[in-house]
Amino acid sequence: MKILVPVKRVPDAETTIKVNPEGNGIVEAGVKWVVNPFCEIAIEEALRIKEAQGDAEVVLVSIGTGDSQEQLRTGLAMGADRAILVTADGVDTWCVARILVKIVEKESPDVVVMGKQAIDDDSNVVGQMLAELLSWPQATFISELELLDGNAAAKCVREIDGGLETVKVSLPAIITADLRLNEPRYASLPGIMKARKKPLEEIDAASLGVDLTPKLTVKSLAPPPERVGGRLVESVDELLTALQTEAKVL
Amino acid sequence: MGNVLIYAEHAHGHIPKATAIAVSAGKQIASQGGGETILALLGSDVSGLKDQAAALGVSKVLTVEDAALEHPNADVTAKALTGLARAADASFIVFAATSAGKDISPRVAAALEAAIAPEITGINDDGTFVRPMYAGNAFATVELHGDHKVVSVRTTAFEAAEAGGSSPVEAASVDAGAPANAIEFVSIEETKSDRPVLTEAERVVAGGRGLKSGENFTTVLEPLVDALGAAMGASRAAVDAGYVPNDLQVGQTGKVVAPTLYIAVGISGAIQHLAGMKDSKVIATINKDPEAPIFSVSDFGLVADLFEAVPELTEKVKAL
Repeated sequence: MKILVPVKRVPDAETTIKVNPEGNGIVEAGVKWVVNPFCEIAIEEALRIKEAQGDAEVVLVSIGTGDSQEQLRTGLAMGADRAILVTADGVDTWCVARILVKIVEKESPDVVVMGKQAIDDDSNVVGQMLAELLSWPQATFISELELLDGNAAAKCVREIDGGLETVKVSLPAIITADLRLNEPRYASLPGIMKARKKPLEEIDAASLGVDLTPKLTVKSLAPPPERVGGRLVESVDELLTALQTEAKVL
Repeated sequence: MGNVLIYAEHAHGHIPKATAIAVSAGKQIASQGGGETILALLGSDVSGLKDQAAALGVSKVLTVEDAALEHPNADVTAKALTGLARAADASFIVFAATSAGKDISPRVAAALEAAIAPEITGINDDGTFVRPMYAGNAFATVELHGDHKVVSVRTTAFEAAEAGGSSPVEAASVDAGAPANAIEFVSIEETKSDRPVLTEAERVVAGGRGLKSGENFTTVLEPLVDALGAAMGASRAAVDAGYVPNDLQVGQTGKVVAPTLYIAVGISGAIQHLAGMKDSKVIATINKDPEAPIFSVSDFGLVADLFEAVPELTEKVKAL
């Protein structure tokens, strides 16, 4: 079984992001770059499938600048077998989905397991777009995965607004991970040593025959409206009075 | 420009407020370009929903009925909507940014080779949209290119369209069959609650890891929730710890809420949690740690042991 896992390089979730003074990006000084947390969960799930089945290959793919090698190496250190870096800059979700189509055509994976969203642009669209472009079924926002019928299908529990939905999808399929699918492992020291020797192939996005004109362009970025800090109250009585007479919400 | 197609969600014979909000955003888009607003009502049998749909104030309602549409699975729903968008000459397709909207809308965008702006919070006069990025730490003005455009709408950022009137309802003829490798619905485990819907509630009381157990959510937090007639929410930490179900999670990747009153109990206030609640009108916090980041966004903060303060507050709210 071959499992393809797309991986994105993003600012660490603990970093406080600030819009730069030009309003065309974020302040990058001091930002620590990591594997998108949802992608990390997807890698972990792929590794668990591999460990349960023995005969499986986990292939990572990232789309971005050369810096994304670092995140691919992290995934390889966790235990993935090999990685592909598609070098591209300034691509939107539409371009990313179509680049991934080309990688899926090249690799023919049995399943694509990926994060439901990246915590930088918070889009939550690429998995679903990829599924549509490939005419594959999808199971999004999943918290449980069980392979059935000799890897011909997957039963997935999805986290939806009203509770939990269970769906069955035939493979190949796109599966997107939510937070509670698993707890990703840390890379071990031997894992990090081994990762250095694992194959990491670079492909220029321009060579894939995909039109890389984005359909969404970001014109500007603005900081959120600042919330004026409030005050501390000393007692439950004071809190109640404040909510009643000052804020007038009770 | 062409028309604006709006996807109507429904469950248990009810069209939710989220759809009325999507209609409102759809009307705003249509008012810029002069197209009609068309509500897409899909299902295996939508006869009981037509009156509700017709009262949402759209130009018309188009229905598609097919056994394959019994559950709003993304593949069949996207296929029907794509057909409907073409048949109705829609250049915009609008969804609420609910779990269903997020599941389906990108598939429609891909099928139509359309640009997509997820979870928009604003519509500008020049046709650009505003959407949050980086857990709400940046708001991007984005431009969409091409003949078709898809947006999903953050439900806290728009008012619901006012109900009234009666739009014409027509059956549309589009190919709505299921694909060969269709997503198969197995079961649903719905969280039962008599409380207001979290994303629609005027008041939300949310608990965090400070509650220490699921039992304490029931015995300590719920009495306050019910005394206030509020919806209950939770931090990711509380959901991860298994204290409460996933659909109570408020935050960047959970639900985004903006009630009149948000009371945060035992929640430290991680960036991703603040992303889901900091647009609330009034935020009150009870936490024993005076350094908790949640205080920085709170209008009123009480540094106290929640196990003493919450029961006291509950009794005093009941006495009002």
